[in-house]
Amino acid sequence: MFTASDLRKGLKIELDGEPYVVTEFQFCKPGKGQALYRCKLRNMLTGASMDKTFRSVDKIDKPDLEERELLFSYEDGDALVFLDADTYEQVSIPASLLGDKRYLLADDMACSVLFYRDRPIDISLPFSVEKRIAKTDPGVRGDTATNVTKPAWLDNGYELQVPLFINEGDVIKIDIRTGTYAERVRKA
Amino acid sequence: MLSTLSLLRLRHTVWTATRSFLQDRGYVEVQTPVRISPPALEDFIDAEPCGDRFLRTSPEFHMKRLLAEGLPRLYQIGPCFRRGEFGPRHLPEFTMLEWYAAGTDYRALLAEAQEYLAWTAGRALGGEPSISRDGRAVDLKAPWEVVRVEEAFREYAGEDLARALEAGRFEEILISKIEPELGWGCPCALIDYPVEFAGFARVRPGPPPRAERWELYIAGIEIANACTELTDAAEQRRRMERSAALRARNGAPIYGVDEAFLQALEKGLPPAAGIAVGLDRLVMVLGGVEQIRDAVPE
Repeated sequence: MFTASDLRKGLKIELDGEPYVVTEFQFCKPGKGQALYRCKLRNMLTGASMDKTFRSVDKIDKPDLEERELLFSYEDGDALVFLDADTYEQVSIPASLLGDKRYLLADDMACSVLFYRDRPIDISLPFSVEKRIAKTDPGVRGDTATNVTKPAWLDNGYELQVPLFINEGDVIKIDIRTGTYAERVRKA
Repeated sequence: MLSTLSLLRLRHTVWTATRSFLQDRGYVEVQTPVRISPPALEDFIDAEPCGDRFLRTSPEFHMKRLLAEGLPRLYQIGPCFRRGEFGPRHLPEFTMLEWYAAGTDYRALLAEAQEYLAWTAGRALGGEPSISRDGRAVDLKAPWEVVRVEEAFREYAGEDLARALEAGRFEEILISKIEPELGWGCPCALIDYPVEFAGFARVRPGPPPRAERWELYIAGIEIANACTELTDAAEQRRRMERSAALRARNGAPIYGVDEAFLQALEKGLPPAAGIAVGLDRLVMVLGGVEQIRDAVPE
């Protein structure tokens, strides 16, 4: 159990059987009265935000959350299969949790998976990944303008914008947080 | 945002204006201990332990002991400490101004506090002391609006005070619906509190009974708390015991009963009124700074 005085930005709590994270927090107190903690909470399952005011005497449940470091192994239809390197346990996670970021996974990529009551609810990927360009139009020789881009595709079909000097077979670094081109790593 | 130098000058002006106002009216400046044992027993205020004692949450009990010793008018400016209070308007260490006067009551003190605010704001801001906050003006030398707690609940929240108390929603309604509306145009005193929020105020018999207490609001910000002091030792002891029981139920630290203070009451505290002003909050309002931590130089 938490008490209201434990509340702070980023604290994860449980309310009506669902996990929430505190995104905003303000201490208020009227003279002679009890303190109130006005919070904004984000539902960790649905992403919805809500306002909630706690009183200093309130007790707040701790959510049953566990964060595990898992290595990406392979795709199995709509599931992503990860490996726990300590126990060799295979863990299957719905690909929908990652959205388009599933295309930026790489073999043995170390991901942090958050479980709520043993159910995976969130995956954090590393900041960047190296990927080979499978398809793009040839660049125009001599065109060095840096803000001109063209579409390119990875072998899994993921599309992104790259500078004109990138060619098929080049390995580039992609910023996973934004899903965009970061830099060229190796020429083909 | 004020520069550190402007802030220091503003604080200096407020401090000197406060002292000259009170000295001119015959108040004696006192210093009472900062490390005390036990701290004043209040329902919802926690003290910071300091060795085998506590840092004071207010100088109230020691100052009333001096009142009982025969000092009829006294004041003190000094630091107070409240554990876990940190927010836009709260700091765990802050500066309190308190003054007490024998032979007076909360209504008379309200008149004197109006003069104090007009004088201090005039010294800090010049001839026509008014401030602007969130685009709205407050004339700090204007006569205060006086609103009873009961009226405020009806008018600003559309709530019945008795029902709000029953439902345990007093603080929530006060903070979310009432406080933001108080003290625009002119300062506002919220007056006559329900007995549950009497603190150490004398209670006027009902029906319904009301604590003779008011709080000053400027631009929605609580600045001061004042009351006719409770002088009845037996009633004071009952309140302390009730407060200790409530703290035990809430799982809050329990502090002992201040026997020296109760002895002073038994010996005889003259009828008196007292006021506590949060000087950092007053500086915050006068200096037009957003958060209390910007009113306190590091």
